Amino acid sequence: MSKLITTPRFADADQAFRLIIEAHRGLSTDDSAALNARLVLLLANHIGDLDVLREAIAQALTTNTSEG
Amino acid sequence: MPNTQPHAQYAYCRSPDQAAAKPARHAVVIVGAGPVGLSLAIDLAQRGLRPVLLDDNDRIGDGSRAICFAKRTLEIFDRLGVGEACLAKGVQWRKGRVFHRDTELYDFDLLPEPGHKMPAFINLQQYYVEGYLVERALALGTIDLRWKNKITGLVQNSEGARLTIDTPDGPYTLDADWVVASDGARSPVRSMLGLEFKGEQFEDQFLIADVKMTAAFPTERWFWFEPPFHSGQSALLHKQPDDVWRIDLQLSPDADARHEQRPDVVTPRIENMLGHRNFELEWVSVYRFQCRRIDRFAHDRVIFAGDAAHQVSPFGARGANSGVQDADNLGWKLALVVTGESPPSLIESYHIERSAAADENILHSTRSTDFIAPHTDAERHLRDAALALAPSADFAKRMINSGRLSAATAYHDSPLSTADVDEWKGGLAPGAAFIDAPVSTPGGKRYFSDVLPPACTVLSFATDAVIMQRVDGLPGAREGTKPELLDDPHGLLASRYDARPGATYLVRPDGHIAARWRKSRPDDIANAVARAKGRA
Repeated sequence: MSKLITTPRFADADQAFRLIIEAHRGLSTDDSAALNARLVLLLANHIGDLDVLREAIAQALTTNTSEG
Repeated sequence: MPNTQPHAQYAYCRSPDQAAAKPARHAVVIVGAGPVGLSLAIDLAQRGLRPVLLDDNDRIGDGSRAICFAKRTLEIFDRLGVGEACLAKGVQWRKGRVFHRDTELYDFDLLPEPGHKMPAFINLQQYYVEGYLVERALALGTIDLRWKNKITGLVQNSEGARLTIDTPDGPYTLDADWVVASDGARSPVRSMLGLEFKGEQFEDQFLIADVKMTAAFPTERWFWFEPPFHSGQSALLHKQPDDVWRIDLQLSPDADARHEQRPDVVTPRIENMLGHRNFELEWVSVYRFQCRRIDRFAHDRVIFAGDAAHQVSPFGARGANSGVQDADNLGWKLALVVTGESPPSLIESYHIERSAAADENILHSTRSTDFIAPHTDAERHLRDAALALAPSADFAKRMINSGRLSAATAYHDSPLSTADVDEWKGGLAPGAAFIDAPVSTPGGKRYFSDVLPPACTVLSFATDAVIMQRVDGLPGAREGTKPELLDDPHGLLASRYDARPGATYLVRPDGHIAARWRKSRPDDIANAVARAKGRA
């Protein structure tokens, strides 16, 4: 059974997205990648559940980002 | 380069087998007299066999090589009669510190509780360990140790194998019921059988240098990520006996190994680290690490052990330590099979248990190596994120991996174990290695590891005491089956085994747990012994 929640959880989704965008604004590609890495580790530990982490990774990996 | 290491030299000696009209036959022939082959030969000799041990050299190998010997290995060495010599010469340690640049991120303690005979680790040059093992092997008098005997051919048949061996007096042939290949990472026996040695090769190179100096660093394992004194990604410092210090410096994947080993190149690197030049180089080597193993550890009558069967990176000290555990696992099984007490199929459990151990060691070693030497920019970002977060977030400290240090492998899915039927809160599940504790016996105060016999043994817990009884030879008990009473003065044995009065443990000849009961019924022990010996 799926444990990863993909239904909306933020009352204000725009604001949540905006927070992440703003954190990256003005950073070099490298610094952005480093910031993302720190965020992933912080959030992964906050979740603290290997099954959820595994599901999130699987969904992220299989989501098609190309425009074709 | 000055070299103070004791170069023990042994004499080639012509064996009567070399003049035999037809090939002499031996029950067990071990190929390779390194720590693993020597440990196995000693174990077999202590169990009454007369193994032949071949080595293509006539001296102990160059360089310190393996230096960290773990508690479990020391307990095995103690049983083999070299534990105290290793302990007396080795540098004991249990603490490590991890640094990122100039900052100490955390420290760890590998044995925070008292009441164990053996320390978490000792550092001791491999040549000392091999020296003690050779001395012990020769003292036993029943090991046929043949130096300058190089295997050049091996043909398997249904009853064993025929070996062709080259010597200074020319070649001869030998028949063996069982052949154990402990002939190292480049195992000639493995090549002769055409077996694959599959796994991961790491790109980064590491400079390993042993330097002689007097220094006041504590006897701890110090590891740096992005050290301030070295342009590479990591550095490791470890103390050995005789004022020798092990230094590992990570080099880039494209470093020129030959160039990097030149004293005029190594010396400034180490001077940068130490801040002075008051040291002498003892030994320098440049490595690229691999994590790999053979598919099956036993091929009919040819059995692989140590580096011949599996190879890991040195982070975690899982190479020599796991090899000695291979020998420990194999010795009693081979002895039971050779003496006819157990069927040859018992050897399959060696493959099952020790290949699972190799997988565990490869898993940990690969994780450590990947953390120390990330493969891609993204991996490096994640690694650096853990290092950056560690000072302010405890969870990140746990992700930092400079090597997860060797501990005894528990054989979770062993065919020799009898599954638990009772409720236990901890203690030692079937498959786990015994845990030490202080005990007192009529002979005085000792440790459990001193008195545990190298045989199937039943421990029956009573109030404040444990009754220990060998059960080899059941049914129709032979010698050595008189029960022994152990006092458990601090209750540590009972608490470490989660034992209340009435609890019973069955321990295998290698000190691993075969079965346990809150209250055993009449047939339980006999059935579990039969299973542990591969007769179920």
